[in-house]
Amino acid sequence: MNALTKHMHPGWLIIAPLLALVTLLYLGPILNILWLSVTDPEPGLGNYAKLGESDALLRIVWTTVRICIITTLFSVTLGYSIAYAMVHCHQRQKSYMLTLLLVSFWISILVRTFSWLMLLGRKGLVNVTLEDIGLIAEPIAFMRNELGVLIGMIHYMIPYAVLPLLVSMQSLDTRVMDASRNLGASGSQTFWRIYLPLTTPGLVASTLLVFILSLGFYVTPAVLGGGKVLMVAEYISVQLLVTLKWGTAAMLAALMLFGVLAMLWVMSRFMKLSTVFGGAAR
Amino acid sequence: MSDSNQVGSLQVRGVSKYFGEFRAVNDINLDIRNGEFLTLLGPSGSGKTTLLMMIAGFLGITKGDIALDGSSITDVPAEKRNFGMVFQGYALFPHMSVRDNIGYALSVRKRPVSEIKNRVDEMLDLVQLNDFADRKPGQLSGGQQQRVALARALCFAPPVLLLDEPLGALDKKLRVEVQEQLKDIHRRVGTTFIYVTHDQEEALSMSDRIVIMRDGAIEQVGTPKELYERPINEFTAGFLGKSNFIRANGKIFALRPEKIDLQLGTGHPDARSSGVVRSVTYFGSMHRVIVDTGGGDEIEVDIDVWRNSESLSAGDSVDLLWNDAAAVELQTG
Repeated sequence: MNALTKHMHPGWLIIAPLLALVTLLYLGPILNILWLSVTDPEPGLGNYAKLGESDALLRIVWTTVRICIITTLFSVTLGYSIAYAMVHCHQRQKSYMLTLLLVSFWISILVRTFSWLMLLGRKGLVNVTLEDIGLIAEPIAFMRNELGVLIGMIHYMIPYAVLPLLVSMQSLDTRVMDASRNLGASGSQTFWRIYLPLTTPGLVASTLLVFILSLGFYVTPAVLGGGKVLMVAEYISVQLLVTLKWGTAAMLAALMLFGVLAMLWVMSRFMKLSTVFGGAAR
Repeated sequence: MSDSNQVGSLQVRGVSKYFGEFRAVNDINLDIRNGEFLTLLGPSGSGKTTLLMMIAGFLGITKGDIALDGSSITDVPAEKRNFGMVFQGYALFPHMSVRDNIGYALSVRKRPVSEIKNRVDEMLDLVQLNDFADRKPGQLSGGQQQRVALARALCFAPPVLLLDEPLGALDKKLRVEVQEQLKDIHRRVGTTFIYVTHDQEEALSMSDRIVIMRDGAIEQVGTPKELYERPINEFTAGFLGKSNFIRANGKIFALRPEKIDLQLGTGHPDARSSGVVRSVTYFGSMHRVIVDTGGGDEIEVDIDVWRNSESLSAGDSVDLLWNDAAAVELQTG
């Protein structure tokens, strides 16, 4: 530490005000939330104890975790194939695909959520068409349930899953795959023994990103779940705005924060997080 | 597939590779003998790497045929050709230990674990990396990585080993050392080596035969000595070592700088040419003297340092002498 201050780059002085501001604006609110969770309505761990007492709360947490896991699984798997296709197709097609990927970032989550409602709702395009051609008698319940939430969330998350994977695949030395073939490995052997292990950092980064973003999902479950699928974020907002139990809301927020930190910690036991977040591998 | 009766001679028949309109390799015919150390030498863009990649099976052939011991392999995919290859930059598997890298070819062939272990140990001996078996490639020096790549490519006893500028990433001193090791390994394993390089010194010191390529075609094939002593055209003479070109009676001759003798003063009875010294450069083992022979022509002469050319300096008049045999007539046009 001493050595660090001695050799501190003068550039730090220039960015110090910004650094202080960011620290203040990030740490302040977070500490405030943590503080609220143990002081409102009365000091103590009463808010956390509610987790053990209330089945409803536990169910909400479990629903959230389940939906996030399924969303992550599908988004990352589909994202992996999309990224793979993008890396291996011609430059021209690749730039088309990249453009489409970026466009999906520009479209508001509200628009994307309501489009699903129009497509897959009871009176949506798909159900009406299927009824018209006589394939089904009753509309299929795509929406206003967990399936609807999953469809909406996976659709929203796929571009996020693709980007870290794309970076990871593009930085691979293709000669390594050539070497594997040259040594007699079949395509699938090369994939499982060389390609997949070498893209694992990208896979982990993609998984973490999608899972953490999914945890905080609010609009999609609210609209596509039709009130039947209650996730933590929506519950927090109800506690804040309707029932005014800020202590419970803060407790849940803190829980999510600790959950994410715990996940990062577990990951760091298995691999260097710096490789996942784009640091040098060696 | 890798039968022991494969001996490793390659026949390249009229092979061409076009990239659109561009002819990267144009109608190459070449017989590569079993067990020889053959070097494809040429400047970048000469098609030498393209030819190697077609032999390896990574690039398709536009026209022609490649055969191993007489049977065509043109339609055999890269993973079924059983050719070892040392890639430019080595292309080691960064997530595997040295041992797993070397054993990879046997492991994907599902050989028993004990066999793989024994063979890898043999290979580690061959390249003297026994102490590094459990390291990852990232923890090795460039020279050590190069040896891992070599051991990995030789582990499954391929009939032919392809080497794509394997020493390009090493510094000059290390390169000379590794050249010796490579030659030694070639002698011990007896496999056919096909070696791609743009470094003429490397080619001269290591090869049994050299193929000089330019613009996708073969310029000349021969032993290092044949090519150095009897280049057939200006390109070969100029690419392999240094050469003076002397025009006389509509003919053109190549004359190596070290085969010219230089005498101070003019009027020597056997002088073939004379001129004025323009510069003398000290190179440690020799002096390089540039002589202006008039009419804008220059002749380069290398003189051994022991002849003490201290006395020689720019502006001196000198006579130049050489044997008839030293001047090699070249094809023109």
